[in-house]
Amino acid sequence: MHLHVVPKSTYFIVAGCLFALMVLTVGAAQFDLGMWNTPIAMAIALAKATLIVLFFMHVRYGDPLLQVFAAGGFLWLIILLGLTFADYLTRR
Amino acid sequence: MSAPVAASAGHVAHHFDDAEQQYASAELGMWLFLATEVLFFGGVFCAYAVYRYWYPEAFAEGSHHLDLPLGTVNTAILLLSSLTMALAVRAAQTSEQRAIVRNLGFTVLLGLGFLGIKSYEYYHKFEERLVPGPNFVTRHPELAQQPGGESRYPPPAEVKEEPRYKLSSTAELFFSLYFVMTGLHALHMVIGIGILGVLIVAAVRGAFSAAYFTPVEMTGLYWHFVDIVWVFLFPLLYLIH
Repeated sequence: MHLHVVPKSTYFIVAGCLFALMVLTVGAAQFDLGMWNTPIAMAIALAKATLIVLFFMHVRYGDPLLQVFAAGGFLWLIILLGLTFADYLTRR
Repeated sequence: MSAPVAASAGHVAHHFDDAEQQYASAELGMWLFLATEVLFFGGVFCAYAVYRYWYPEAFAEGSHHLDLPLGTVNTAILLLSSLTMALAVRAAQTSEQRAIVRNLGFTVLLGLGFLGIKSYEYYHKFEERLVPGPNFVTRHPELAQQPGGESRYPPPAEVKEEPRYKLSSTAELFFSLYFVMTGLHALHMVIGIGILGVLIVAAVRGAFSAAYFTPVEMTGLYWHFVDIVWVFLFPLLYLIH
């Protein structure tokens, strides 16, 4: 393993992107986009979370086993939400 | 920019081969813990999703009673604190002692700022009777007729305007989830700030350097995770139409 020191500029660029996405999500919420408001807000939140996980949490620089562990939690979350809504969305 | 991890025998526990293996184990264990945290919060997010699917209007209604400017400021504060946390870890990796303490200090201050704003918001929710329970605003229809009148619980002067009394009773559901979700998140922040305090004391004593910065990196992972939870909470609670 090698200690990966990420340049400061990378952190500042990522933080800049996070702030831009925050402004974007608040801006998008000012418009009534019908059923699209929530999917857009969630897509932006997902983009922010991905930036934080990859750069601030160093998963991009980690070994494959670490990346599997990092993805694992979210995989189980998808199963939790998926199976729950497989029930509720199909009830009559 | 890569440099080999300096082997520092003093920091390696006897059951590890070397500093490298020890660090990799800590990192893997931390991510395993974070996976349990994802599912811990995931349960609440799932409850939120089910109830929002059942009562979409209650969520839209309740959301309009949250303070969007304060929520946005808090989002910015947390994102900034993630940056200072990342810089603190970097300072530890490059053995810049003063920068470690400074950036950890900034992170604590931003965390306290977040909690300060959050408690101000909570205070106003109490004042406006938007806390679920026997005093929830919709349980007191008499307040709608005579705001500030003979009621046993007169509403405070500055919150006399009409709309809040027009909440439907299901809006209480939104506020239950609001307090549970932001409360659990705030609890994580309090714990994080406590850990950061311990780190600052150790950093002042020069405990961290390129040879050993595991506690700083692990706390960073935790802090960023708490930030991610808020990244999802903010649009789900404050930005509903």
